Amino acid sequence: MTRKQRRGVLIGTCLLVLGVAVGLVLYAMRDSIVFFYTPSEVTAMQIAPGQRFRLGGLVETGSVVRGEGTTIRFVVTDKSKTLPVTYTGVLPDLFREGQGVVAEGTLAADGVFHADNVLAKHDEKYMPPEVAKKLKEQGVWRGDAKASAGEPQAKVN
Amino acid sequence: MIAETGHYALILALAVAIVQMVLPLIGARIRDQQLMAVAGPAAQLQFVLVAIAFVALMTAYVTSDFSVENVWRNSAVAKPLLYKISGVWGNHEGSMVLWVLILALFGAAVATFGANLPHQLKANVLAVQGSIAAAFLLFIVTTSNPFIRLDPAPFDGQGLNPVLQDPALAFHPPFLYTGYVGFSMAFSFAIAALIDGRIDAAWARWVRPWTLAAWMCLTLGIAMGSWWAYYELGWGGFWFWDPVENASFMPWLAGTALLHSAVVMEKRDALKVWTILLAIITFSLSLMGTFLVRSGVLTSVHAFAIDPARGIFILAIMGVFIGGALALFAWRAPLLAQGGLFAPISREGSLVLNNLLLTTAWAAVFVGTLYPLALEALTGDKISVGPPFFNLTFAPLILPLLIAVPFGPLLAWKRGDLLAAAQRLTAAACLALAVLVLVLAFRQRGPWLAPLGIGLGVWLIAGAATELVYRVKLFEASRSEAWRRLRNLPRSAYGTALAHAGLGIVVIGIVVTTAWRSEAILAMKPGDTAQIAGYTLAFKGVVPRQGPNYRERVALFEVTRNGEKVTELTPSKREYTVERSGTTEAGIHPSWRGDLYAVLGDQLKDGAYSIRLYFNPLVRLIWLGALTMFIGGAVSLSDRRLRIGAPRRAQTKAATVPAAE
Repeated sequence: MTRKQRRGVLIGTCLLVLGVAVGLVLYAMRDSIVFFYTPSEVTAMQIAPGQRFRLGGLVETGSVVRGEGTTIRFVVTDKSKTLPVTYTGVLPDLFREGQGVVAEGTLAADGVFHADNVLAKHDEKYMPPEVAKKLKEQGVWRGDAKASAGEPQAKVN
Repeated sequence: MIAETGHYALILALAVAIVQMVLPLIGARIRDQQLMAVAGPAAQLQFVLVAIAFVALMTAYVTSDFSVENVWRNSAVAKPLLYKISGVWGNHEGSMVLWVLILALFGAAVATFGANLPHQLKANVLAVQGSIAAAFLLFIVTTSNPFIRLDPAPFDGQGLNPVLQDPALAFHPPFLYTGYVGFSMAFSFAIAALIDGRIDAAWARWVRPWTLAAWMCLTLGIAMGSWWAYYELGWGGFWFWDPVENASFMPWLAGTALLHSAVVMEKRDALKVWTILLAIITFSLSLMGTFLVRSGVLTSVHAFAIDPARGIFILAIMGVFIGGALALFAWRAPLLAQGGLFAPISREGSLVLNNLLLTTAWAAVFVGTLYPLALEALTGDKISVGPPFFNLTFAPLILPLLIAVPFGPLLAWKRGDLLAAAQRLTAAACLALAVLVLVLAFRQRGPWLAPLGIGLGVWLIAGAATELVYRVKLFEASRSEAWRRLRNLPRSAYGTALAHAGLGIVVIGIVVTTAWRSEAILAMKPGDTAQIAGYTLAFKGVVPRQGPNYRERVALFEVTRNGEKVTELTPSKREYTVERSGTTEAGIHPSWRGDLYAVLGDQLKDGAYSIRLYFNPLVRLIWLGALTMFIGGAVSLSDRRLRIGAPRRAQTKAATVPAAE
């Protein structure tokens, strides 16, 4: 095999692998990326039932209702619009009323969001960045409201 | 006083790093031995100074000196000692000091053990290493000073994020950072070679052990992180394709490729330019990982810094180093002489294929991780790219590599015989096929792809064994001859076999646990029983308990199997007093079949608790496999040291006396 042929084989293989990779990435991009919306955007847009997306906002205070078995209903708000959510399963530790939450799932025809995954991240000071940004845009951002929790405590134990 | 000493040491270290960066570089340019000789002592001094700063910070943590703001924010009196220590790197500032400490350690190691390096190369390497240290020390001193005082000093601190108070996570960052920062050695050597315009096999012989050591630590660090996420986060999963996980996985993929291409360079003097580029890419990915995690671009448990000034600073560091390195590469790489030729079917060819597939795989991960950031910056649309994307792109790209792995070591250098290699692998292939058919016949549920995955894992393990069998001529030579060969086999051969077998073990673990895990979400009242994967769990109730710095509610499950008592599971929900937040502690019963995994949820309206149960079959193989890979690396590394001609421990009395070349 000449030097030229060897190089040909090498370049050919590289192009083949790269082609396959690009194809896979484009294919996967079409189906498996998930958009993030706030309740306001959901009401403004026509989202087809069955399309997966992430819903972000705050858990409305007083809205959490435990139903049959492990099913939980709550309302997500961005302080201008709200959207009811139903979820079956165990909620994360930091799921609290009035705190930020991101739910992933689909919108049913009756306007209820069926979540199969609820994220409330690991830090109590955590606000999903998307939510913080939207809240800022809407002027309801309270800044680092939780920062006041950082005052030195007089006594422990 | 201790905090001020630490702060002062950091500033001195910055000054020394700048000297280490400038003088040797000039010395190497004008061939001045004295200027070049500055590099070694400067690197050692820089390490000592950073170590003083680190110890000072650690002292402040251990003695709970809350007049230091960093300690007040991240520690508390009631915290156990282990977490007081690990609290040092459980925050942004402290973790950056650890980063620089490891960087300085690697620099000092080159200065101490690099007596047989060409002077010019050594001077250049240490200068580049010094420049990285200078950039990060400047970053710490100007934006992330851990020694800022508080006046008046508070009585008690705010405590460490409870999910970080965990033994596996205490050691996860040091290993991960050693991995990240260890790749800086390969980077510094690459830049030094480009500055010199010269590169030879000796270069690869030096770069390989450093890369291998970094790769081992990164492997273990990632495995620890995954293990922690498995038992601490309470989701029962081992990998989430979270951007932060990807940030550590990308340098691992690139580093694995680098490890293999450095072999070609060392043995055959080929692939020089590519190896240099890969060394630059690997460390660039490490820097990017640091940037993504530290800048707050991605918000997760890892992102301590929410201050935009820090993000911009790290972005600037990244831009200068990656941009500068690639520009230097474009300018100087054509000077490097091309090495040996080889046929497409050969050991070199197989390693090129390895590199090609690994590089493409990380590129796919790279796109998936950064696309949401880029899209948001460009259009403002917010998307998330989750596991489906990575499963669809990464898996098909890595699959051919896994099939090809056993062929590589059986092919000869320069020109290999694929048919002969295939014949040797017949037994391994038959074994893998037999397992595949058996699993296919006995499986009751689960995807049809899963038996294929198991077959692939068996193929990898059997392939690794095949290589050893043929190298010792187990079935050809007499038993004593085979024994002699077994003992004389270079350790790197064992290392390779172990690492490849470890990969097979990981594959089996991932496939089995993904395909056949059972999951149940139940509302259980005390007295109820649940069935999962042949186990019966009787829920006895929930009792409160007091820990050292938390209160918890513990659920008690009695686990039986076929009427016999197996164990008791005690999943709990902890409430940390000082930190005022909680964690979920899963109750896990490990066995050779798999892990029984129970999580206690909230109390429901009618007095029942929501309970999540999982059975994760063979899940431990994932970490066992990673550990095997780590051991493989260690075995290979122990061989390398002997071959380099570095001082042998038994022969030199004083470690500082270099062996004569």
